Amino acid sequence: MNKQQKEQYLREYGILKAEGKPFFPYAVAKDSLMAAIVLVVIIVMSIVLGAELGPKADPTTTTYTPRPEWYFFFLFELLRVIKPPELVPLATIGIPTIGMILLFLLPFYDRGPERRPERRPIATLTGIFVVVAMGYLTYLGASAESPTTISIDPPANVVAQGDKAVATFNSGAQVVAQAGCAACHKLGHSGNDGPGPELTDIGRRLPRQAIERTLINPTAPMPSFAQLQQDAPQQFDEMVTFLAELK
Amino acid sequence: MPKLKLPVPPMPGRPAPKRPGKTYGPQTPREHGREAGTSAIGWIDERTSLSGGARWMMFRKVPKGTNWFYTLGSATMFAFLAQAVTGVFLAMYYDPSATGAYDSIRNINNEVFLGEFVHGMHKWGSSVMVILVFLHMGRTFFFGAYKYPRELNWVIGVVLLILTMTMSFTGYLLPFDQRSYWATIVGVNINGTGPFVGPYLSDFLRAGPDFGATTLSRFYAIHMMLVPGAIAALMGFHLYLVAKLGTTAPPWLRAKSPEKLREEKVAR
Repeated sequence: MNKQQKEQYLREYGILKAEGKPFFPYAVAKDSLMAAIVLVVIIVMSIVLGAELGPKADPTTTTYTPRPEWYFFFLFELLRVIKPPELVPLATIGIPTIGMILLFLLPFYDRGPERRPERRPIATLTGIFVVVAMGYLTYLGASAESPTTISIDPPANVVAQGDKAVATFNSGAQVVAQAGCAACHKLGHSGNDGPGPELTDIGRRLPRQAIERTLINPTAPMPSFAQLQQDAPQQFDEMVTFLAELK
Repeated sequence: MPKLKLPVPPMPGRPAPKRPGKTYGPQTPREHGREAGTSAIGWIDERTSLSGGARWMMFRKVPKGTNWFYTLGSATMFAFLAQAVTGVFLAMYYDPSATGAYDSIRNINNEVFLGEFVHGMHKWGSSVMVILVFLHMGRTFFFGAYKYPRELNWVIGVVLLILTMTMSFTGYLLPFDQRSYWATIVGVNINGTGPFVGPYLSDFLRAGPDFGATTLSRFYAIHMMLVPGAIAALMGFHLYLVAKLGTTAPPWLRAKSPEKLREEKVAR
């Protein structure tokens, strides 16, 4: 906006303002009604939905599903949509940071005098696109469930090793399922595809030691299983064995 | 032509107008009592001159065509106030320690009078506030209300958005159940992948390299002191700028040109 446009806006706004009504009581009445509606909505939600409490936090446990508050789903889903591991930092921090910077600087790069949405097609369409994309990602995040059971049959070489190996394999699968790995990893037909890499054939790609090291010292945002190794070394061992046998 | 002012007819219930020669101001204790409110406000105003500011705030004009979309900002502020009030009551019973947090929340839910109701209001109020923040921002964006001269208010609004998200992130841990604990660990890990400040930020949030006993009290302090204070201060500034610059008129509304108005007057 140049100086003339600024002055014209201020002049026109001055006229519209002079034609308006005083804030009190006209706008105050509307605002109060809206505040009452907000309060009623909160009270009804509290009565209907309650504030249930899950089981107590237990750092040593293996059963959990990391699930953020619903309005962070779109950020979490971004991790799922962006697949290649080298692009994951872009999804976790890059896109949100760029989005925030763009949001901050909006009035400094969109300086045109036009305010009507239908005459600012780029801004309006971008805005609608962002709203739709965030809504879609939130919907995806809300509908994504993490299974608590994993059904993978023991591969032939495990069966060949005898019943004991099969039992270890199966209990390892149970530990992995309870640990909530399937919330972020795909295992055969179970689990969500992302944000983490697929684990269906992890044993072919990584040796046993590497799997163990990753579980203890993972790349963010995966949580560490070092506590499990200390508290229940047998379970941890079964977990590693199971993953190493996935070929 | 000088304006003629008609004398006010005597109305029942209205005190008789003062006559010259009579002493002014309240005389009897009863009259003093009747004017106690006015004189108390007068006493404060004489020392603060606040009435001018209040008049400036309340009797400023709101442009023509202002509709229900313009109530979203004040509704957000109201949701914040509701969060503050319910939060104070929750803080009376909450114990921000890793050993006691969960039990104190269970105590609020099961034992305290209306405890689960207030806890629920605080929990769902956060969702309502986030929705209202986004609706308010959408209205500002699509109406082009962030343009000259309101650029700074948009920037403050974005800071308020980030602070609101910080509130919900730090508040999510406080019940200290499985879901909140592990979601927060993953959330802090995601923060840690950020460029430059990322690792420092997650170390600051965790109060060290690992999720420890002080993490919870740190989240609690951020959630109930640091961020709400910043939000209240910035909201005040946001509101001051709204009152100073005025709320926008709907973008499709055009003012009649003053020339035309003048012509109409001349023609008449």
